[in-house]
Amino acid sequence: MQALSGEIRKKGKFFLGKRKLFLRRRGEGTSSPLFFRPDMKHKAVYLFGGAAVGAANGLFGGGGGMIAVPILKGAGRSARSAHATAIAVILPASAVSALVYLLGGNIPLAVFLPVALGVLSGGFFGAKLLVRVPQRAVTFAFALLMLAAGLRMLFP
Amino acid sequence: MSFLIFFLCGVAGGLLGGMGMGGGTALIPLLTVVCGVPQAAAQGVNLAAFLPMSVFALAVHEKNGLLKKEGLLWMIAPALLFSVLFSLLASALPAHALKSGFGVFLVVLSLFEVRSALLPARGKNSAKKVA
Repeated sequence: MQALSGEIRKKGKFFLGKRKLFLRRRGEGTSSPLFFRPDMKHKAVYLFGGAAVGAANGLFGGGGGMIAVPILKGAGRSARSAHATAIAVILPASAVSALVYLLGGNIPLAVFLPVALGVLSGGFFGAKLLVRVPQRAVTFAFALLMLAAGLRMLFP
Repeated sequence: MSFLIFFLCGVAGGLLGGMGMGGGTALIPLLTVVCGVPQAAAQGVNLAAFLPMSVFALAVHEKNGLLKKEGLLWMIAPALLFSVLFSLLASALPAHALKSGFGVFLVVLSLFEVRSALLPARGKNSAKKVA
């Protein structure tokens, strides 16, 4: 497995997405049912995890991804794959939340337009960086920044 | 001027969001603490501003083969339901309660992130052992 994951890492993009298939072909998939066979426990984790993601994302207008990522990792995805797949959960959840906020008059256009343009341009680079950046270092630095911001909001 | 500042806040959030790191948790405090946007509005802007970006980011990740979708509907369905309910709750809550709540959320999330950054990836290791 050590050699295998080395191989996966080397071929990066391709095998990360098709890891399951790859392992099956080598006859190793059956030896790790926790990883690949969807069962009741798996479904329950998804259901409750999804509920938590929706609740936090709706109430606080963001941060659902930070809950979704560890859940997806726990369900057997690699860190990078979990980060990417989390967006597939957050996107529809954020869309319906945004609609509720919009109807409640909580999306001022004068703020939305510049921020959306900024997010769009920043997002392109971010998505490209994901396959290159040292994940752990960035996560750690970002977490410290978040901690500071959170404390600042609690004790202004 | 404020257009530029809002734009730069968006760029910072977008960079982190594109990496799937919860750029929103960076963008919201930037908007409230630095720019003085009300909490609920910052949250609404964050949700909406990430929609077009998420579509593009998702496409890039798909192209890079990073997306693994099996079983994901089990997660998306409850996420949708609870999104509606708690978005309604957010607009009903008084502004200061929402802001304090968000502060707590941010602190808790960041502590979890620090922990996961310091600990070795447990899931990965056990998977290696099993296989």
